[in-house]
Amino acid sequence: MKVWALHLVLIAVLFAAQFLLSPYHTTNLARIMVLAVFAMGYNLAFGYTGLLSLGHALLLGAGMYAAGLSAQLWGFSAGPALIVGTVAGGVMAAAVGLLALRTAGVSFMIVTLMFAQAGYLTILYFAPTTGGDEGFTLAAASRTFAGFDLSTDTPRFFAALALFALGLLVSLALVRSPFGRTMVAMRENEERSRMLGYNPFAVKLAALTISGLYAGAAGAAYALLFGYVGASFTTIQYSILPMLYVLLGGAGTTIGPLLGAALMFALIEAASGLTTAYLFLVGLALVVLVLFAPKGILGTIRERWLKWLP
Amino acid sequence: MAFGPFLLLALMEGLVTAAVLALAASGLSLVFGVMRVVNVAHGAFYMLGAVLAWVVAAHVPGHAALAFMAALIVAPLVVGALAAATDGLILKRLNYDPEATIVATIGLLYMIEQATLSLYGPNANPVQAPFEWRIQLPWFGYSGYKLFVVFAACVVLLALWAFITRTKAGLIMRATQVDRTTASAFGINVDRVYMGTFALGAGLAALAGVLIVPIQQAHYLMGGDTLLLSFIVVIIGGLGSLRGTLIAALVIGLSDGVISMFFAPTLAKILATLLVAMVLVFRPQGLFGAKA
Repeated sequence: MKVWALHLVLIAVLFAAQFLLSPYHTTNLARIMVLAVFAMGYNLAFGYTGLLSLGHALLLGAGMYAAGLSAQLWGFSAGPALIVGTVAGGVMAAAVGLLALRTAGVSFMIVTLMFAQAGYLTILYFAPTTGGDEGFTLAAASRTFAGFDLSTDTPRFFAALALFALGLLVSLALVRSPFGRTMVAMRENEERSRMLGYNPFAVKLAALTISGLYAGAAGAAYALLFGYVGASFTTIQYSILPMLYVLLGGAGTTIGPLLGAALMFALIEAASGLTTAYLFLVGLALVVLVLFAPKGILGTIRERWLKWLP
Repeated sequence: MAFGPFLLLALMEGLVTAAVLALAASGLSLVFGVMRVVNVAHGAFYMLGAVLAWVVAAHVPGHAALAFMAALIVAPLVVGALAAATDGLILKRLNYDPEATIVATIGLLYMIEQATLSLYGPNANPVQAPFEWRIQLPWFGYSGYKLFVVFAACVVLLALWAFITRTKAGLIMRATQVDRTTASAFGINVDRVYMGTFALGAGLAALAGVLIVPIQQAHYLMGGDTLLLSFIVVIIGGLGSLRGTLIAALVIGLSDGVISMFFAPTLAKILATLLVAMVLVFRPQGLFGAKA
């Protein structure tokens, strides 16, 4: 009960935030929430199931290009485009998982990295359709949902909030369900859970596919809300970022991805005024986290004080 | 130009790529073999070697060859020292946990690249080759320096092979690779072996960077492609097997030269990355590798 209340309060606070923040910060918060959806998906794979992927940019890109291209080529509106993008992320994750999950640990990281790199290069290769490095902007007509124009501040914020809230509650329900426990069992001791009669491959494939649905939805939402689709979103940097958000906020915590995304966003925002080399901070944060706080912020809080935190 | 000479040119270009790649990848392979650490910052060490060569060339007066010789010595030493410090400050504290070290070296990669961007700038800068003569073949002239790169890489790799198989330090390194615990029970200082191996691996990457910089300019993002190609080489050759790495470097380098001369380079890269993923999935010991 306490847990559900906490999450509903968080959503209410985010809802209220748009009345208090300037338009500039409202847009940023919408962006953070979309990135947090991506990170929540990453968290389901990495934080709960223990699958350290270095290729989630491929899943984000699958959602983004599926939504963007279906809007561009066939004139899909926002609703169908979002669904197409979400499904594309899930299908891509399942396809990658079928092959990559035959490996584990370091090999899994490199295989996912290579698949993502191949995906990025494929987008460059088909530049006439995908726009290559430059990408393309979405027409205003495809950025409407039930009559609302998603390129304006308020509808955009609500769309992002709705997606985030849905993602958050689904992930909470999932990790508290029996299946969620099985996912954690894979992370903690795969051999023992195999002995208990679970099929590790099937569980991990399902977890990765769900993770892909999140990433696909985030990619599609990013394209539809901010109107731009580009190859830069499929570079390795966008595989690293969700990992960083999750590590910072706390791997295996439901709210960690949002916290990590918001903090990192604020940090980079503050630093980019000072220097062009703001990515230095990303690197520094990774090293510091892995050295001194491998459980992240909420993970540490849970360990020390709030044992009930999901 | 007829097809024959054209193919010859492609093969020669490929040979230069293969030589540089063999140096960089053998460093990566050595570190993985002995320490079980996948060093994502390896490309950054390579880039640092190239940038340091430019710095040295700017500060050493006189003939270009003099500056180049200085760079060949200074750059690997500086980069090796940096790597040794990284090992002591970061990797050792992580207990060489494979996944944590990958995350940490990704962080290191960003830090080195961005620090270079701040200090060195976003421009690509050329370094003068130590000597300028061309070998005139019947169909085309070819840079003598490029052949020197191939020759130098062969000398370094032979020295590396002799070091590993013929010296006591090499023996200690191999002993640590086979069984860390037993090695330490025999009084081997494993920490020092690891630090030395990591420095040696980084030094090899830096050396490759110095050798390539008269051909290809020094730029703060130049490590990315080399890192990817080194990964490909090391994985296809069998993770941790040095002989496999060398064979794979030759195959990948030559085919890269030929394919990018005749086909779209992007397509070649897509196929190569997919090939690597498939090798890891279906033949984890590599295509040529003796079982690790």
